[in-house]
Amino acid sequence: MPMTTTDLSPETERRRAWMSLLATAPERLLSDLMSALGPAPEHRILRAPEVGGVMVRGRAGGTGAAFNMGEMTVTRCALRLADGTVGHGYVQGRSRDHATRAALVDALMQGAQAEEVEAKVLGPLRRARDEKREARAARAAATKVEFFTMARGED
Amino acid sequence: MYVAVKGGERAIENAHDWLAEERRGDTSVAELTVPQIREQLALAVNRVMAEGSLYDPDLAALAIKQSRGDLIEAIFLIRAYRTTLPRLGASVPVETDRMACIRRVSATFKDAPGGQVLGPTFDYTHRLLDFKLAAEGEVAPAPQAKPERADMPRITEFLNKDGLIQTEARDDTTPPDITRTPMKYPADRATRLQALTRGDEGFVLGLAYSTQRGYARSHAFVGELRIGTVAVEMEIPELGFAIEIGEVELTECETVNQFKGSRTEPPQFTRGYGLTFGQTERKAISMALVDRALRWKELGEDNVGAPAQDEEFVLSHADNIQATGFLEHIKLPHYVDFQSELELIRKLRREAQGDREHREAAE
Repeated sequence: MPMTTTDLSPETERRRAWMSLLATAPERLLSDLMSALGPAPEHRILRAPEVGGVMVRGRAGGTGAAFNMGEMTVTRCALRLADGTVGHGYVQGRSRDHATRAALVDALMQGAQAEEVEAKVLGPLRRARDEKREARAARAAATKVEFFTMARGED
Repeated sequence: MYVAVKGGERAIENAHDWLAEERRGDTSVAELTVPQIREQLALAVNRVMAEGSLYDPDLAALAIKQSRGDLIEAIFLIRAYRTTLPRLGASVPVETDRMACIRRVSATFKDAPGGQVLGPTFDYTHRLLDFKLAAEGEVAPAPQAKPERADMPRITEFLNKDGLIQTEARDDTTPPDITRTPMKYPADRATRLQALTRGDEGFVLGLAYSTQRGYARSHAFVGELRIGTVAVEMEIPELGFAIEIGEVELTECETVNQFKGSRTEPPQFTRGYGLTFGQTERKAISMALVDRALRWKELGEDNVGAPAQDEEFVLSHADNIQATGFLEHIKLPHYVDFQSELELIRKLRREAQGDREHREAAE
């Protein structure tokens, strides 16, 4: 049984966060940001990008017994850099390029280039994600109902 | 004897070519792009994802374009595609209480913590055609307000604290999967929920409506309806921990139903549950009502013989792809079947005629 997310080391917790960020990153933005890093580092593909389905589960009543809802498309890829670092990419959707780039970033984040990748790729991705979330949340907040009670004047 | 009949290849090919031309329509009108369908017909896309049982907005939009807007045909295309995908695994059950809600309403508690958030809803519109939409024009950006960081606790949890509602005990047993093993009856709730969430919206809506009109009456309040995005996490065996592999928009509906108690349960509220892909609230509410009706046995209620209480009837007819497959196949050539029927009728008529002549001769 894999570890639950509560007993992960800080390093693993960080890796978990960047892999999660890469999974939903807009493909075009990721590609542009990585071009800014320069040419892709030399690497060997360990698992060719593969498109598949993941069964999404829910719980009855939100908290009860697990049930299968339906699948979502996911693409995964694994590769090894020249220095031996292994990177994994799991991304939503069917883009093999996206999965490969995610695996590359995962590998680079474990090496000496981590700081630069964080600043030039992950930072902007995180900001883009947060901005998008904020924009949705702000619109939702504007549709929150303010109730007021009218005095009926009978007593 | 079976006689194979060949032919029609050229007619079929030409029919498909014409279909392609008709799909395109008048070429003096700009062609629809898949991103346009994804962005501007989002609720059709959501329905195709929910009933196609595959969350991928681009694929659903493509299917809608290919099917000329016939959503059941589009769902068929998605189901067919789905079967070609290797299964990479199953997610950790999504945590809908951590949903980033764009809509959250409760019909039972006005002052619920987190408030009533209407979101982009058709509710309270006048249902008058808006002719402005017939002309192209810019849309003003929607108003914004400062979002509160407050949690949106589950409404049913309030009732749960007082023991006024039946609890949903957490259970991490691997649920059965109707896409892998055929449905068996009696079905457990996990199977029922899977069949309902991918079931035909019209069929599930009709059944839900029947429960409101008195067939298996269990007066339902929408305790909570929420729409928003949740992260989907999956354990990655090669890593040894779970990561988010994506984000999906879901609609969740919890109904609170009157319950007078039974031989086994005290008087309390009970729940119906709906959870669907996309912004699909009519479906989610319908699902919750039908889920509740199907729970009569575990709650010790009477089976009043209502259609929505009949698990086998509901589950075996909810899937529109199974239904349309069987229904539409009867328009395909049945020449040999029909020939034998024709022979039979002729024989019966000859015999009936013979009997009559025999009787007349005897009189």
